[in-house]
Amino acid sequence: MHILTLGLNHQTAAVETRERLAFKAEDLPAALQQLKEEADLSEGLILSTCNRVELYGISQDLDQCREKMINFLARYHQLPADSFADKLYFHADSEAIRHGFRVSSSLDSMVVGEPQILGQLKDAFFIASESCCTGLVLNRFMHRSFFIAKEVRTRTKIASCAVSVSFAAVELAKKIFGDLKGMKVMLLGAGEMCELAARHFVNQGIEQVLVTNRTLSRAQELADEFSGIALPFDKFRQHLDQVDIILSSTGSPDYLIGPPELSQALKKRRNRPIFLIDIAVPRDIDPKVNDLDNIYLYDVDDLQETVTENLDQRQQEAQRAEAMVDLEVTKFEQWIASLAVTPTIKELREQVRKISEQELNKTLGSFPDLNSKDRRRIEAMVNAIGNKFLHHPINYLKSQDQCGESVPATTIRKIFHLNENEDE
Amino acid sequence: MNIIYSSLLSVALSLYTLSMVAGFVHLFRPSPKALPWTIKSIQVGFIFHLLAFLWRCGQAQTLTVSNLHESLSFFALLLALAFLLVSRKNPVPTLGTFTAPLLVIFTLWALVIPHTITPQPPILKSFWLPLHVLLSFAGNAFLALGCGGAVMYLIQEHLIKKKKIKGIFHKLPALQRLDELNYLCLRLGFPLLTLGIISGSVWASFAWGAHWSWDPKETWSLITWLLFAALLHGRMNSGWRGRKASLLTIVGFVAIMFTFLGVNLLLSGLHSYAH
Repeated sequence: MHILTLGLNHQTAAVETRERLAFKAEDLPAALQQLKEEADLSEGLILSTCNRVELYGISQDLDQCREKMINFLARYHQLPADSFADKLYFHADSEAIRHGFRVSSSLDSMVVGEPQILGQLKDAFFIASESCCTGLVLNRFMHRSFFIAKEVRTRTKIASCAVSVSFAAVELAKKIFGDLKGMKVMLLGAGEMCELAARHFVNQGIEQVLVTNRTLSRAQELADEFSGIALPFDKFRQHLDQVDIILSSTGSPDYLIGPPELSQALKKRRNRPIFLIDIAVPRDIDPKVNDLDNIYLYDVDDLQETVTENLDQRQQEAQRAEAMVDLEVTKFEQWIASLAVTPTIKELREQVRKISEQELNKTLGSFPDLNSKDRRRIEAMVNAIGNKFLHHPINYLKSQDQCGESVPATTIRKIFHLNENEDE
Repeated sequence: MNIIYSSLLSVALSLYTLSMVAGFVHLFRPSPKALPWTIKSIQVGFIFHLLAFLWRCGQAQTLTVSNLHESLSFFALLLALAFLLVSRKNPVPTLGTFTAPLLVIFTLWALVIPHTITPQPPILKSFWLPLHVLLSFAGNAFLALGCGGAVMYLIQEHLIKKKKIKGIFHKLPALQRLDELNYLCLRLGFPLLTLGIISGSVWASFAWGAHWSWDPKETWSLITWLLFAALLHGRMNSGWRGRKASLLTIVGFVAIMFTFLGVNLLLSGLHSYAH
């Protein structure tokens, strides 16, 4: 029995390839059935996100697996296989396990440590198990991968700091205002950067967005997107005292806001702090305003610096996480090994043989004058009892082996106390 | 008899120390498990401290809040209580880290000076003594807590202004939370301090025949009171907050400490502790 994974991600394939191979969530149940049939898998799972498309499966033999899975992708998406085959990676057994764990722990993500992938993997697993496409091995594989992801998150600092400029700005705002609910944001300039950063702030429960721009219509457009208010560009200074956060990214060559305007605004708002984020180059806000009490100004370099530091830290933490993944892979492999049917049958026979021998020796010891013929008869009887007793369990195990279902192996190992040092 | 009291107080001191260590481990090391220890140790430490106090009161057949040892210990007890109350109402992570050192200093100081029970001077035998001390010390305890919050505010504000977005920046709470904490402590501490001074004055009129006699302790408590009155006024009417309010709170706390200890140890007057 083998765990397999085949797929591509942001490192191996450009977005054009990834989007052509992506699966829609609503099509997954049908796709999973098709994958299982065409690739001859006993269990299957499809993970499709904007950064990766991966097929996970359990197969009885490795032969031709890769080709079958590629053919499935090609047929499903109606693409020639050689248009994407060279972008694919294929892992089996311990490498597949490691890959799955690294994906769930976000060690394989575009931005290492970003947690979205875990949720996406959970969704993929939910769909697969709802469609009855997962079984003993994938179920456990997924649960272990969620477990290791949680371990990595709590025991390393891999996800503790912001790694994008917008997130860094949100994180700072939270350290100034505590809760961003009920805060007001002003956008100076309706550029893309501003819009992106504003979106992050709006997700945090900002109450109102004011937008100003040299062309009022563009300001209105953006304001509508956030159900906010557009302000004429020559009037925005009158509203400085009403906002807690100002995001600026205009193309203005001169400073638009300086200490006098902000001092006035502060007086009107009784010194409640204002956080200014200047992502414009050249800058829109006079750096001197940072010297005012209760004014906090960050420009794009300041934010970028915190992001770079955080990324470095993530890389270091990622190494610790890799070690944790390694350990988990070893544990999982041990569990897989314990599923195998042949050793179970052997051990079962061995156990019965041992018990028979012990009991025979005990009994025969108390009949010293038994002749060898009678001795052999008793021995034969004991062996026959053992073999007949084992006949059905072993037949059952063997029949299950052909179907690829290994539930009974673990159950029988438990019932008969085979290797008690088994994991969990 | 004394050994039980000293042991209880020592256990309280050890727990406060544990809290302080856990607090600093949390602040400077990546260990998520340390933070709950700061609060839990103060909780348990407070219980031992309270038992010690009650034991001593039982032994002395009165509320023991008169000499230096008793004052230090009682102040630490109220500070721990104030911390637990504030943490319940408005939990501010890492506040314990900045409170525990004060608890350790005062309890340790109380433990190393002689603490045999001395008979109270007759003049102090009054129902007003515990009332006056309780109100003043409770006020001081809240204001001391506010000072802890103010120190945290100044550190965090400095980090944000100087753009040092790493290390303890991530551990310290948001500026707004710290400012709210400062205001909360002021609104709780200032009325208590006021009542403490009024009760003292009423008592003085019974005991010494005058409401106010410009004894150094009285003068200094007036200075302290005026400082905090100015801060409260500024906060309510002039939009004082943040850095300014924090700096004033720290100045006020220094004045409290001088009124509480400096006056007795350096100047002499009616309030001198029986040595």
